[in-house]
Amino acid sequence: MKSFTYEKANSPAAAASAAVRTSNAKFIAGGTNLLDLMKLEIETPAHLIDVNGLAFDKIEPTPDGGLRIGALVRNTTLAADERVRRDYGLLSRALLAGASGQLRNKATTAGNLLQRTRCPYFYDTNQPCNKRSPGSGCAAIGGVTRQHAVIGSSDVCIATHPSDMAIAMRALDAIVQTVRPDGTTRNIPIADLHRLPGDTPHIETVLTAGELITSVTLPKPVGGTHIYRKVRDRASYAFALVSVGAIVQRDGTGRVAVGGIAHKPWRVEAAEAEMPRGAKAVAARLLDGAKPTRDNAFKLALVERTLAAVLTEAKG
Amino acid sequence: MRKPSAFEMSRRNLLLGTATSVAIGATCGVAKAQNSAAEPLTAATSAEMPAMATVSFNVNGEVRALKLDTRTTLLDALREHLHLTGTKKGCDHGQCGACTVIVGGQRINSCLTLAIMHEGDSVTTIEGLGTPEHMHPMQTAFVKHDGFQCGYCTPGQICSAVAVLEEIKAGIPSHVTGDLNVAPQLTNAELRERMSGNICRCGAYSNIAEAITEVAGRPA
Repeated sequence: MKSFTYEKANSPAAAASAAVRTSNAKFIAGGTNLLDLMKLEIETPAHLIDVNGLAFDKIEPTPDGGLRIGALVRNTTLAADERVRRDYGLLSRALLAGASGQLRNKATTAGNLLQRTRCPYFYDTNQPCNKRSPGSGCAAIGGVTRQHAVIGSSDVCIATHPSDMAIAMRALDAIVQTVRPDGTTRNIPIADLHRLPGDTPHIETVLTAGELITSVTLPKPVGGTHIYRKVRDRASYAFALVSVGAIVQRDGTGRVAVGGIAHKPWRVEAAEAEMPRGAKAVAARLLDGAKPTRDNAFKLALVERTLAAVLTEAKG
Repeated sequence: MRKPSAFEMSRRNLLLGTATSVAIGATCGVAKAQNSAAEPLTAATSAEMPAMATVSFNVNGEVRALKLDTRTTLLDALREHLHLTGTKKGCDHGQCGACTVIVGGQRINSCLTLAIMHEGDSVTTIEGLGTPEHMHPMQTAFVKHDGFQCGYCTPGQICSAVAVLEEIKAGIPSHVTGDLNVAPQLTNAELRERMSGNICRCGAYSNIAEAITEVAGRPA
């Protein structure tokens, strides 16, 4: 690990301004992904700004009947919150399907959104990777790609976003709140937070230098049956090959977001219009334009079948 | 990252028994410092030069103050600086659970957290749960049910298991909980899911589940 200096931020503005004042600085909260990457020298910050002391650790109702989740709320706390379990079961389920008990106790809401891909070529510093080292090439393309993206990828990156929580938040139309070093704040719909790789896979979100996530807001509950179904190589503590997060209403309409297949949570609103017609119709629209590799073409069928299982389960 | 120290060279001797490592931990413990605040230092003038910071936290009921390279994980602080070698380093990347300790009542991977981020925290390691003379009920149950073979993952398994029972008691659901709005039950499936962050290469899982079940007050 490269040496770094460290400070505790005592206000959001101080944190954001420290991030631009110091070169090569990073925020640290739970640290479960950042420290892992720092040990491998994939992340090499010269300065860490510890934001754990900021008052972003609450889950509060919003005036319009939704829920505001502080950026520092731990994954365990969020999954176990009575209101989340009752009104946003999809979010609880997605969180509980991810990582381990130990990691969920530490990992934060904002950190979960900003975690980086688990592409093995990104992790192997002996391999070229356009995300880790822009312009160096992509060892995944032409490599072993069973885990990789099947849609929204580019000629320079086929990595996936690993978060389960983000899939639920995408289906729930969450809004991300941030503060910037100049003190201004903004709301970013979760659909716009993560970017597709394009020619710049190292730029993973629309956040600008020093911009800090302060909370994530869920709109008021939409009811329906909430299901998160994750298909993985072992029954627990593994990343998704494919995951389906769905909210299904009694009349068969609803929302679907899919994980494990793209550089960001994958949701196609137009595909949701097909939900009453069944999984095949939804999957066809959802995966329109997919470019799988030989290794991961199975994900297309797996999305459809997982979706079919979810829709069947929703009927009860 | 680390050079092997004389301490590590003699680790095998220390592993002769928990009593030995507890005793070493007590005698070699770093002297308590007066300064309890983690003061940020900006000493690192080059990337090669380590930045140092101080931190003070409570470990197994005792306040410990340390001056550390900022890079020091909680795991390395416990093992290399406080000589509490009961907590094990397995993968050092949060994938195996051998380093599990309880901080503020919650189990975490001590390898994926910086020591200097734990100012004022209360840390419980395997040494704080019990001693060979006065074992924690979970330790007794692991012995009784053969919940280990080589024993390397065991301190992490036991710390995790103790915290798991508290998590169920607190009503925290898991991936296999049937109804999110009903208190989770203490079933074998629940225990296995909740313990999935602790890998055992010897495969003592079924015995570990039996040990935990016994402590939880249900017949194994």
